[in-house]
Amino acid sequence: MSPKTLYDKIWDAHVVSEDADGTCLLYIDRHLVHEVTSPQAFEGLRMTGRTVRAPEKTIAVPDHNVPTTLGRENPDQMPEDSRIQVAALDTNAKEFGIHYYPVTDVRQGIVHIVGPEQGWTLPGMTVVCGDSHTATHGAFGALAHGIGTSEVEHVLATQTLIQKKSKNMKVEITGKLRPGVTAKDITLAVIGATGTGGGTGYVIEYCGEAIRDLSMEGRMTVCNMAIEGGARAGLIAPDEKTFEYVKGRPHAPKGAQFEAALAWWKTLFTDEGAHFDKVVTLKGEEIEPVVTWGTSPEDVLPISSVVPAPESFKGGKVDAARRSIEYMGLTAGQKLTDIEIDTVFIGSCTNGRIEDLRAAAAIVEGKKIKVGRAMVVPGSGLVRAQAEEEGLDKIFTDAGFEWRMAGCSMCLAMNPDQLSENERCASTSNRNFEGRQGFKGRTHLVSPAMAAAAALTGHLTDVRELM
Amino acid sequence: MDKFEKLTGIAAPMPLVNIDTDMIIPKRFLKSIKRTGFGVSLFDEMRYNRDGSEIPDFVLNMPQYRDAEILIAGDNFGCGSSREHAPWAIKDFGIKAIVSTSFADIFYNNCFKNGILPIVMPQDVVDVLMKDAEKGANARMTVDLENQTITTSDGESFAFEVDAFKKHCLMNGLDDIGLTMEKASAIDTFESKAAQERPWV
Ligand code: SF4
Repeated sequence: MSPKTLYDKIWDAHVVSEDADGTCLLYIDRHLVHEVTSPQAFEGLRMTGRTVRAPEKTIAVPDHNVPTTLGRENPDQMPEDSRIQVAALDTNAKEFGIHYYPVTDVRQGIVHIVGPEQGWTLPGMTVVCGDSHTATHGAFGALAHGIGTSEVEHVLATQTLIQKKSKNMKVEITGKLRPGVTAKDITLAVIGATGTGGGTGYVIEYCGEAIRDLSMEGRMTVCNMAIEGGARAGLIAPDEKTFEYVKGRPHAPKGAQFEAALAWWKTLFTDEGAHFDKVVTLKGEEIEPVVTWGTSPEDVLPISSVVPAPESFKGGKVDAARRSIEYMGLTAGQKLTDIEIDTVFIGSCTNGRIEDLRAAAAIVEGKKIKVGRAMVVPGSGLVRAQAEEEGLDKIFTDAGFEWRMAGCSMCLAMNPDQLSENERCASTSNRNFEGRQGFKGRTHLVSPAMAAAAALTGHLTDVRELM
Repeated sequence: MDKFEKLTGIAAPMPLVNIDTDMIIPKRFLKSIKRTGFGVSLFDEMRYNRDGSEIPDFVLNMPQYRDAEILIAGDNFGCGSSREHAPWAIKDFGIKAIVSTSFADIFYNNCFKNGILPIVMPQDVVDVLMKDAEKGANARMTVDLENQTITTSDGESFAFEVDAFKKHCLMNGLDDIGLTMEKASAIDTFESKAAQERPWV
């Protein structure tokens, strides 16, 4: 047999049928659902008299709209349109009999944090969700990607997806990271190197010593932003860390079944000599803590740099850079560390897990914030509970941070957590698009430690100076 | 779904690269539980002032492009979120074909599910089409899906590639779900085999 990549193996294990032109019907093991991209899909089922084919493989949780303030069970806390969306998910989950974590459940949280936490996400699976950051689940060696609402309906009705195979891309991060450099810096550095279109048409497998050294949570951060690099999905081969993380989770296999699963999971790696259509290699020790200066995730630079001149780019990017710099209210040549920050947001499916909060708390402990507002939004109710058990909430609130309930919050600002016009935010989320965190809001993407550092100094800061 | 066969219409030039889904339809419009009515909000933040008045120099506000049915766009069009509200808004506005040097993957797929044809062309061809589109309302382009060509107002014709299955569905207005449900027995077979091999799933 010819050598296969990890992606080839998972793909092959899920092909239901293949047409002559290579169009495949791919079986879906887990379908995650949230309130924003699903109402039209359930409505479609109703209109055509169709049902959910595999409700036991379908998991729903409201996250995008929900308020993150205390007392949010009270529906009056939500604006009318948000309330309708969440209520629609409540109804659809009940009516179609799918697993559901309502706002009142401590397990509620961002869908991409809840899936792994509850053991729904396992190695070798196909996982989809009507959300582009489904790529997160690739950290387990699961083929996971975002789909549109028509496809949500397709998966609900048939538990399959019509797909053509992507090409294989390898992103290798060699060597060791230096202190103060995190998974977030890796994933941003990769996008900086390849551009937001660099992964288009590919599934990326991240590998190399620096990736192996990451915890499962760090790996989720890396895969989460595969989509910002344009890739259909990101993957990391499962290893002992993966198996250890999965073991004992509520929906992970137990006993003899776990052993059987483990035997298969251990075959999930890229064979020696397998072909990659594109290879990118970065040296781990050369990656610095990075920030974004513009309005595309590819606008990444080490914190020690200056805002670039638009003329230093090529083609259509010259205008895009000019527009970005103007939107962001910056000047070419300005030192990144001179950029003053109004607000700090720590959370999202990129960096809302317990290790992210620990990393930020370690910087913040015993100090006070210098920014106007700073908030920590745990990725799930369970992350929040764990943080409270460790006293992290106290560290944050003592420093002046708001300590919130779980949800997407200011990552996309569909709930009341929004930037106002020209408000500048250091954010641990994944997108710095115009208006992403609020109309005319300005976003700099950073790691949790870098966000904490900016909160303490009031400007973008090299976290290594505070360590 | 509407059929797409051949279209002759006005093309609007949007040379900006990396036009993302937040620009196409900002998230505050995602709270609808319907599929229609997004057209007025297409490119909202580029198209309207805060008070709701139009920004006159935004391309789709210019008199000659208000009825555009084709968009000629910069590289990496539709990057960002998976929101199908983006193609819904484009469709609802009346745009049925988009040409760029590349499209984000999910957006590209979403277009086909909604009767929109995304066309990938090399940079030099996009440059020619962009120039043609800049001529305004008199410059009508023709997109012929059957023959896979796009023709400028000057009669210059370029061939494009499109996946055969996607073309078939678009030309016949076929609903994917209906097609897949015809393969129900293959899905049954797969499921019982998978239940043996990977019972923990
Ligand atoms: S946290 Fe942000 S990126 Fe993640 S699912 Fe929510 S809105 Fe999307």
